[in-house]
Amino acid sequence: MPDVETRTRAADAASEAPALALRDVGVVFGAEANRPVLANISLDVREGEFLSIVGPSGCGKTTLLRLLAGLMKPTTGDVLFEGKRVDGPSRARAIVFQDYANALLPWRTVAGNIALPLERAGLSKPEREARVAALVAKMGLDAAANRYPAQLSGGMQQRVQIARCLAQKPRVMLMDEPFGALDALTRQTLQDELLALAAEQRVTTVFITHDLEEAIYLGDRVIALAANPGRVVETIDVGLPKPRNQLTTREDPAFLARRHRLFGLLQGH
Amino acid sequence: MTKLSRGAALPLFILAVWELSSRLGVMTYESLSYPSAIAAAGWAALLDGSILESTWETCQSALLGLALGAVVGVALGAVVGLSRLASRAAGPTFDALRAIPSVALMPLGLLLFGWGLAMEVVVVAYACCWPIMIATSAAVRGVEPRLLEVADALEMSFAARLRKIVLPAAFARIGVGVRVALGIALVVAVTIEIAVNPRGLGYALVLAQQSLRPDVMFAQILWLALIGFALNALLSTVDGGARGEGSGA
Ligand SMILES: Nc1ncnc2c1ncn2[C@@H]1O[C@H](COP(=O)(O)OP(=O)(O)O)[C@@H](O)[C@H]1O
Ligand SMILES: [Mg+2]
Repeated sequence: MPDVETRTRAADAASEAPALALRDVGVVFGAEANRPVLANISLDVREGEFLSIVGPSGCGKTTLLRLLAGLMKPTTGDVLFEGKRVDGPSRARAIVFQDYANALLPWRTVAGNIALPLERAGLSKPEREARVAALVAKMGLDAAANRYPAQLSGGMQQRVQIARCLAQKPRVMLMDEPFGALDALTRQTLQDELLALAAEQRVTTVFITHDLEEAIYLGDRVIALAANPGRVVETIDVGLPKPRNQLTTREDPAFLARRHRLFGLLQGH
Repeated sequence: MTKLSRGAALPLFILAVWELSSRLGVMTYESLSYPSAIAAAGWAALLDGSILESTWETCQSALLGLALGAVVGVALGAVVGLSRLASRAAGPTFDALRAIPSVALMPLGLLLFGWGLAMEVVVVAYACCWPIMIATSAAVRGVEPRLLEVADALEMSFAARLRKIVLPAAFARIGVGVRVALGIALVVAVTIEIAVNPRGLGYALVLAQQSLRPDVMFAQILWLALIGFALNALLSTVDGGARGEGSGA
């Protein structure tokens, strides 16, 4: 019964409020009040949406994601999750860190890392093992399940981190340039896997990148940030058909038009 | 051919040439002996228990020294890692002490403790405590901040955070220091035995050399290699976690 109740309440909240929202958010580090890192940022992330955020390095993308995760508080303004003020991290919002090598527990195997979020959920051991096995299979990590992170390639480590986030069954996935350090081919594979996963699990996703094409290819919408201070300069509805395709989507005239538009914006400041 | 048998081909060939050339009288290696004689000497030493006894003596001082060094190293490392003041006050002193080669302390150890187990344990402990101290202070000073954020994001309780993140992170790093120290412990123990202390495998090596028994000496050297290998394997299973230390990117 309580289950039904929470679900209804969540659904109610969702119908009236966006999944995530920033309301006039500003961030200042230390005493540098004259050089805010983020200024007057307002944006909504809709339920089930895949939102890409692009911007030059240093414009405050990571800071923005940490706000959404609840890992830090804004200096001014509000961060809302399903209509409620965020005052700390929550298991409902999973974060995929950019530096996957530091984010995995080096003393645990791949399976052990993925099991981490399941250990307090009151699951029995067989249930837990079954869920880890399912995630391992879904992320193509079968051969690596009993290996340690340091024995894996960057692409595999990032897969482990994503699998660990999925294990906590989040309602929102926050991803900070997750494919930034990977080679082009691995990156494209993971992009497609991520799109399939996000659609299948119906999880709201905020995806940070500095790669325009990646932002458009993945996103339902793209928000472009500019630096000094970090601010929203443009919001674009991508409007390309799904599922996306590495060849045809990227050759679609609409894709190229979006790319030109964003390129101009980010170049021109 | 498997990888292993391919890898074994060259040593086997060398052993065969070594054995045959001395058997056929092509060359005689008075100070080198030859493989079958070495194997026989090793077998005899195993049977009469002499090599096992000296192995016990060497391992005893290496492991006791390692244990003592670990206790001191972990304690010093924790103090230096936790207190900035202690680190600043004691840092230069430790740096200077660390610079003394441990074998240079053999005469002092002998003077203080005389021949026997005690002096060897103390000098080994001295050599072992530094890498462990450094690993411990690093471990205490910094659990990777990203891992603490992973704990935050999972809303871990204080106890869970300590048990699942902080302690394993520290142990993994300290384990690396202990592993380094283990290699040092064996080398220092054997060195002390060769140089001043009449016990253990090092002294047995000296005796074999002085009684012109190269076959016995080679058997002992091979035996030492085996022991080093076995100790390392033992430690790897004990702290299997340490293997993940460092970034894999
Ligand atoms: N903890 C911090 N203390 C001080 N300055 C910070 C901190 N974190 C980020 N910054 C500064 O804020 C700006 C934006 O950083 P970040 O959000 O990491 O940008 P991005 O992810 O877009 O590259 C940078 O100028 C960075 O130096
Ligand atoms: Mg960043």
